[in-house]
Amino acid sequence: MIETDWLWGLLGGLMIGGAAALYLLVNGRVMGASGIIGGLVDGSARDQWAERLAFLAGLVGVPALAVLLIGGAETHLSGNPAVLILGGLLVGLGTRMANGCTSGHGVCGISRLSLRGIVATVFYILVGGIVMVLARHVLGWI
Amino acid sequence: MARSLFSALAGAIFGLGLLVSGMTDTTRVQGWLDVFGDWDPTLAFVMGGALIPMAIAWRVAARRRVAVLGNPLPLTHERVVDAKLVIGSSLFGAGWGLAGLCPGPALASLGWGGWGGLLFLLAMLVGMVAAPAAKARIDRITQAA
Repeated sequence: MIETDWLWGLLGGLMIGGAAALYLLVNGRVMGASGIIGGLVDGSARDQWAERLAFLAGLVGVPALAVLLIGGAETHLSGNPAVLILGGLLVGLGTRMANGCTSGHGVCGISRLSLRGIVATVFYILVGGIVMVLARHVLGWI
Repeated sequence: MARSLFSALAGAIFGLGLLVSGMTDTTRVQGWLDVFGDWDPTLAFVMGGALIPMAIAWRVAARRRVAVLGNPLPLTHERVVDAKLVIGSSLFGAGWGLAGLCPGPALASLGWGGWGGLLFLLAMLVGMVAAPAAKARIDRITQAA
């Protein structure tokens, strides 16, 4: 089981990149999850609300349906509400401040060799690793 | 109508890809970030796999210039690395490391993430609403300096 994990990762990755390629070439848009939902929340994407809501409906609904039919998915989220609230606040604030997250800066940015995408990815992985290690091994929060 | 249809299709494939790759499971993401624990390399394969179709798509886009549905393709992009990019990405990384979720998987796993997933998403939306004011503040500080 452990030995096939990387293969599922690669397959899922190809699907993620395929979805981003479809969104770019057919709709003419950069597929960034934080931008798509963030523009709806802060009202900066009023002219694109229909296609953004449709994207979110597919993103939330289809995996939910798949898990309902097949099962076997777990998020293993922290049971500590403070960790979830603080994590969510930082992810929301940070991604909108930097104008992108793992999909926008990571997948769409690095694949066009965007300097901003590469710098963003270096920082969120570096800080993410430091915070993760501190929170788990030093503070014992997670 | 066609725009929304293809948009929903892209969202669905994106979400299924996140599920299949294990990125909706916080132990995988945190296992990748935890270099001092039992390190999980899966995320590198996910990122590598995702970059292949997109690298091809950008090449196709540069030749086509116009999307299939008619609008111009976004071929130019911001090139300035500023304080907002670095500070924002660092804050995002801190939250990602802490909770193990980024925006895509937070949405994709909403159906089975329980109250914890919903709580994370609501906090994320609050953070997004607060972002424009925080950006303006950084702009004022960097302009004054």
